This record gives sequence, structure tokens and C-alpha cells, in this order.
Amino acid sequence: MAVIDLSNSNLPVREHRLGSIIAYNGDAADLARQSRDGTLRDRARSFTQASSCASSCAICLLSLIQDAAVVNHAPLGCSADFTMFNLTNRFGQFKRGLTKANAHMVSSNLTESDAVFGGAAKLDTAVREAYARFKPKAIFVTASCASGIIGEDVDSQLDRLETELGIPIAAVHCEGFRSKVWTTGFDVAYHAILRKIVKPPVTRRPDLINVITFWGDDVFTELFSRLGLRANLIVPFSNIEQLSRLSESAATVQMCSTLGTYLANGLESLYGVPEVKAPPPYGLAGTDAWLRALGKTVGKSAEVEALIASEREAIAAPLAELRKELGGLRGYVAAGAVHGHSIAAVLGDLGMKVVGSCFWHHDPKFDHGSPDADSLTHLVNNYGNIPVSICNKQAFEVVNRLRQLKPDIFVVRHPGMGVWGGKLGIPTFQLEDEHFCLGYRGLLRYGRKIADTVSNPAFFRHLAAHTSLPYTDWWLGQGVDAFLGAEE
Amino acid sequence: MSTTIEQPRQFCALGGQQTVVAIERAIPIVHSGPGCANKLFGGLAFFNGFQGSGRAGGNAIVGTNSCEQEVIFGGENRLRGVIEGALKVMDGDLFVVLTGCTADLVGDDTATVVSEFRDRGVPIVHASTAGFKGYTYLGHELVVKAIIDQYLQPAPAVIPNLVNVWSVVPYQDTFWAGNLEAIRELLAGIGLEANILFGHDSGGTAAWNKVPAAAFNLVLSPWTGLGIAHCLEERFGTPFLHHPVFPIGAVETSRFLRAVGEFAKIPPAVVESYIQKQEAHFYHYLDRAADFFLEMRWDLPGRFLTIADSFYSLGISLFLVNELGLLPGRQFVTDEPPEDCRTALTKQFAALSPDVSAEVTFTHDGGEIAELVRNSGYEQPLIIGTSWDHDLAKEVGGYHLTIALPITDRLVMDRAYVGYRGGLRLIEDIYASVLSTYQ
Repeated sequence: MAVIDLSNSNLPVREHRLGSIIAYNGDAADLARQSRDGTLRDRARSFTQASSCASSCAICLLSLIQDAAVVNHAPLGCSADFTMFNLTNRFGQFKRGLTKANAHMVSSNLTESDAVFGGAAKLDTAVREAYARFKPKAIFVTASCASGIIGEDVDSQLDRLETELGIPIAAVHCEGFRSKVWTTGFDVAYHAILRKIVKPPVTRRPDLINVITFWGDDVFTELFSRLGLRANLIVPFSNIEQLSRLSESAATVQMCSTLGTYLANGLESLYGVPEVKAPPPYGLAGTDAWLRALGKTVGKSAEVEALIASEREAIAAPLAELRKELGGLRGYVAAGAVHGHSIAAVLGDLGMKVVGSCFWHHDPKFDHGSPDADSLTHLVNNYGNIPVSICNKQAFEVVNRLRQLKPDIFVVRHPGMGVWGGKLGIPTFQLEDEHFCLGYRGLLRYGRKIADTVSNPAFFRHLAAHTSLPYTDWWLGQGVDAFLGAEE
Repeated sequence: MSTTIEQPRQFCALGGQQTVVAIERAIPIVHSGPGCANKLFGGLAFFNGFQGSGRAGGNAIVGTNSCEQEVIFGGENRLRGVIEGALKVMDGDLFVVLTGCTADLVGDDTATVVSEFRDRGVPIVHASTAGFKGYTYLGHELVVKAIIDQYLQPAPAVIPNLVNVWSVVPYQDTFWAGNLEAIRELLAGIGLEANILFGHDSGGTAAWNKVPAAAFNLVLSPWTGLGIAHCLEERFGTPFLHHPVFPIGAVETSRFLRAVGEFAKIPPAVVESYIQKQEAHFYHYLDRAADFFLEMRWDLPGRFLTIADSFYSLGISLFLVNELGLLPGRQFVTDEPPEDCRTALTKQFAALSPDVSAEVTFTHDGGEIAELVRNSGYEQPLIIGTSWDHDLAKEVGGYHLTIALPITDRLVMDRAYVGYRGGLRLIEDIYASVLSTYQ
């Protein structure tokens, strides 16, 4: 179990902490083996397309805390994702019956003179403005490449402001250049929450389960109510008071360890809130295992067995129908690490054949260090081996593979990637809501959407006939790993 | 006025990547941290009318994803490798390297790296667009100037009637594609061939190669693009016409066409005959909607406020005052115009018509804008701005139409607000938003 050092506002990035990589080409069984025996090494890409950075990942969680504010200490361009998070905020508020309102975000707007003379005054103003405008319960200050390279002592400045304003003010070290693995941004956001917001438990709440998620629909409240449990969805759409009491919950579960590894481990190692270590709750085997691990942790094994039996029975007939319809369809999966494994499992349960996959990065282990949550091995053991690329969201590699494999359907989680399958004429199903295919009923929901997508491919046919790809014929004829260098 | 920006309505100079994406068959190469291109694509393109990736945008944008290694040891070799790769992988006619904060702060000599490739005959240029240097409007100009300085060659002869158009900024203006096509049509109407340079069917490098051959440059903009025209005048001796009003509706569009006609020495009869036909079309529909304007007058907005860049803020104000007879409240200009342009704009707003003036505030901080609107006590104002302003409009009991970045309540394809037809579209959209309140 990794040590959580709350005295430091910073923490080791994923490539150092977990050995995470962003380049690989092979298959799931081999990748899982290398992850376990410690031989996994990253490979350099000599040619790359623009990826993503830790800053977006940090802000996407922190800006959705309903009564906090984010100060992005950066030039204005680093706030170009504010619009996206604001829309995510409003979508989520609408779905959860909250009042729709703009998210609380400002930019310190660093300019050329700040790059020369320092940006401390701008940061001071921005924090005070955020405090005055939003009356927040906490302020998260997200760093940028520019603020990091200028090299200011943001931490002591924020400590002074915290004392003066009387609310928690946290430095979030999500400088884009710090990590090749953008999910490091989740970790630094959680680190800030653990350092500044979460308090030691005053009481214990034996029926409350922390659920680390993004912004998908709440499928947990109903599911957990059948076990006599309550779901505490975090971090998006939570509030500071709710987060301050995370230490009092009975357990922490995740729908994707890629997202929540640091927070779940932090709550366990700092406050003894057990992290449910299991494969993610997607596909029949994964959902069974996840629920059983939860039941064991909170002493509800009998209730869990009853739930599994009734849910499995409820979906048995429609699932059999879907399998008839989708059986043998060849699918290609592209998504972020563990969630990609989850989607591959879902396709397996739907009777489809996963002919290839690319995951944005790969964590050979999680912060808790236990093999029980190894979703890749779980995938191989339950659904067989599949070809895997770790592609860091490199569209040119994805297009190359898709053109060669010509799957019946391209299944994608991340925005901005699906379009490249669509332009190839491949029926493409992109869905950002990570809960849509969760659990037993998620299998049916997802399967029906896939059936709909392949049943009328007209749009994709026309798109492919009239689009122009930005790639050379030379590249489209190469092996997908042509730009992967030797192991680092 | 605070230095802090809430609700950004423009981004940084690296946003010039979208100017490259707007050039047919051009390939942007972003030498910066790993997240810049993606954030800017989201802010300028996707979450702004849901403009998509295009051919070489979105996740296809080439990037060095500079991390600790490049920040500590410099990123020049990494950039060399990525350019080499781009020349093999990406199918394009013009490569534009844009530098972000990391490369410019650590002092990479990007210009030299790029010139090594240019010396080999590669069509490639470099623009230094670090985010801290300025905003999207500057980034657009820096990219265009880089192409002018490092790629264009003097033309053997001037092509009479060819005019380069420098106007709205691609992607930053959600309606740029439709607007530029509409400007092309307007100029064709008086016998000019517009060299549009951005967007569908604008001609890619073939069109850019003709830039030095143009008879003149047209800057149809309050200030953005003036630097480009000066640059072209200096390098190729091309004269330019600066028309600072983005023309919406009949009055301003006719005024614009007459100004261009006079500058280009087009026989007035040619210009007037086109104007007459277009105005007849425009006023036919205004006349037909007169019943609506009269009968619904009781519930038309009390004052209109624009919260937009100087193109739209001034263009829309002039249109609504002079053609619909509406009255302005305070106007907000959000593109940080240079000082001399602010003076000019203030005068233009002070004399929207002989009888109507408006106060103008130059700011792009949404918090400051909201505070001023809240405290002005307008009754049922019409707020013409961005998706950020939805809550403000609701709070002050007003109507709301989005016409500026960010727009997340509309899918935008080739809609245009410029010109005669653009005026009709704007009227339709304003009243659709008013009427939808009661549905």
C-alpha cells in the first residue's frame, strides 16, 4: 500500500508511483503478465498527436463540487475546458434535480509580464475574487505549465490566504508537463481533498458507501437500497461538508480504479475506510465479484447473493435475445484503461467478439497494491485473450488499426475519438456515461444501443464516402507500432 | 476592473491552431504541453456551436506533448522527431508549428528547427503563440503573419478584382464559416473575387499562393486583421481597405458595399444595382413581419445588451438600432481591443444613430459584466451574448440569445449573420428566443 504524505502538497506522478505506461502493442494476457511480474516498461513514441493533461483531469472533478470554487492559475487558454465542465455541471444538475447554475471557476489570467515578474499578485487577486463572488466553502488552486515553470511558492502564499479568509484553500499540482499520464490529475485533485477537506471520523456511518465516479447517471442509489445501504457519490456533484465526512463511511467502492485508486487507498490508509478491491462492476462476472466483495466488506453477503440471483434472473431472457441478435459481431474497444477492460467484458457477455482494443494508458498496479482489483486478468480469465494497444489517445494509431481490422462496430468512451471510426464508415457507438453499461441491467441497456447502432449504418456510410482523412497512404499501410521505439 | 477572468469568452494565442485547422489541407503541429491542443479544441470548436474536428483538428492535431524531459532539457530534438513523423504520417500541403508556454518559457529555438525543414523544401512555418503572450485574436494574426513571412512568395502580376478577405476569426467566431461564405457572395455581387482563405472550398494553399497577387486586402473588422494587412502592405505593397463595421442587415451592408466599390473603383451602377436587388429582398421580409413587430410590441424586450467581441457588439448594435428601432442598454466588448480601437469604438457606440447612443464597457470578465447588468435595473432586457449569460438573463428576467463563444445551446453549421440575409437570420433567432419563453 502506497504511503500518503499529507504534509506535502505534491505527490509522485503515476509513472513513478504505479509504473504506468502510455505505449504498448500486444495482447491482454501478455500485458497482464508483465504488469504482475514487474517487467512492464514504457516505450517512446517518436511521432505523437496531442494528448491530454493532468490539469483537465483535476479541474473536471473539482469544478463539479457544488459549493467550492476553482482558481486556475494559468494563462487564459488553460481555461478553454471551462466550457466543457460547465456544460457537464449543468447536465448533471439537471439529471440530479439540482438547480442548473454555472460552475464556480476563474482564471488568474497570467500574461507575459507575469511570466517575467511573477504571478503572485494575480493569484492573490483571483483567490480573493473567487471568495467574494462565489462565497465558496473551499477553493482549489490548479497549477499550470506556466505557473510551474515560473516557479513560485504558491503553497506558502495559499497558506497565508487560507488563514486570512478562513476556508480551506488547496494547491493542486496538476502542471501539464509533470506527468505523461493525464490521470495523474485525478490523483492530485484527490490529494488536495484528502489534505484540506477530509476530516478524521467523528462517528461511523455503517450504511454509507463512498462511490467514486465521474458524472454518469446515479444507478447506485436504487441498487444499494436493495442491500440496505446508501450510496455517497463523489466527487462530482458532492459538497464540501459531504466530502469532509468521507472518513466516516463503511467502505469505498469504485466503478473504475483508473479514476479512484488514489482516493480509495487514501481513505483506507488514513482512516481505515476499507476499499472494496474487486474487478469493476461491468459484465456478469465483474458485477458478481464486485457485489460479493462489497457484501463481504460490510457484512451483507446473504443480501448480495439474493440480489445477484434476482438480478440475473430478471435479465436472463432479454440477455439471451440480445445475444442472438449481437452474437458474433466483431467489436473494437477504445477507452481509458480499466473502463476499457469493462467495456470489453460487456461486449463479451453480449456474445460479441472483441477483435482489438486500445486503452489510453495502463497502470500495472493500483495504490492499494492488491491483485484483487486486476481488471485485465479478470478480463482474460473470464472472456479470453484479446489484442491490446496502449495508445495514449493517438488517433493515427486508432485509425490505422480500425482500417485494417474493419470491425462491425467501434465502441468508444472518450469524446473526440469516435468521429475517427465514423469517418471510416464503421458504425460507432460513443457513450460518455460510464454507468450506462454498469451492472446487470447495464448489459441490456448497452446491448440495445449497440443493436440500434449497427441496424442503420446509413450515416456512417455517407460520412465515409464524403470525408477526407488527414493520413498518408504510407501510414495507413504500416504496422500500428511503427513509431514505438525501444523500451525506456 | 480585476485581472481575474470568470467565464472566459476567448482563450490564448495558441488558439491559432484552429486558424490552421480552418485552412484546407493544412496540418497544425503544436509544440507544447500535452493538454493544450485538446483544451483549445474543446473551448474554441466543440463546445462552441459543436463545431467538430474537421480534417486535421481535434485528436488529429500533431503535438509534442512536452513533459518534464522537454522542460528540463529542452524540446528541440523532440520537435524535430515529431515533425519528421508528421511529414510521413500526415497528408497535408502546409505544416504550421505553433509553440505553447512550455517551449517558449524554456527557450526552445523553434524557429531554427523549423527553418531546417523549410531549407529542405518542406512547406512549413512557425508561429510563436505561447499562451501567456495574448489571446485567440492575436494567435490568429500570428499564424497568418507566419505564413505570409515564411511561406508566401511575391506574385508575378496582380490579379485584378481579387481581394483577400481578413475578417472574423475561424472557430472563435462560432459562425465564421457561414459568415465568410456570405462575404464571398456579397463581394461577388459587385464583381469582385474574394480570396477567403479559410473554410470549405476556400482553396487551401492554392488560394494562399494567390494572396500576394490580390488587388487589395479587405479588413472587415474593428481591429483584428489590421496587423495582417500592414504586414502584406509592407511585404508585397498591397493596399488595403479597413472597414471597421461588421455589416449586419441592409443599412450597414449597403454602406459596406459602397465603400468597397469606391475603393476598388467599381462603376457605381454595378454596385447600386446589386444593392437594390438585395435590399428589395431584405425589406420584403421586414415588411411581411411588420404585423408581428407591431402586434407583439408590448412584449418586445425593453433594452438590448450585447456581450460579444467587437465584430458582433458593434455590428448588432447598429443593426438593431437603425433597422428594428430597438434601444440599447450598456454594450460589452469582450475581445480586448487595442487602445486606439477602443477610442474609435466608444465614439461609434456614442453615435449609433443621430438620436441613439450607448455606453460601452471593455471587459471579458463575466463576473464584472454580470455585476454591471444586475445593477443597471433594465426591465426585461434582451441579452445577446454567450452560453455563460444564460443564468444572468434568467436572474434579471430577460431574454437570451447566444451568438458568441461559448455557445452550447445550438448546433452551428453554415449559419451566417453578416450581410442582408444575416440580418434576417438574426431577427429570426432573436424572436425565436423571445417566443420560446412562452411555449
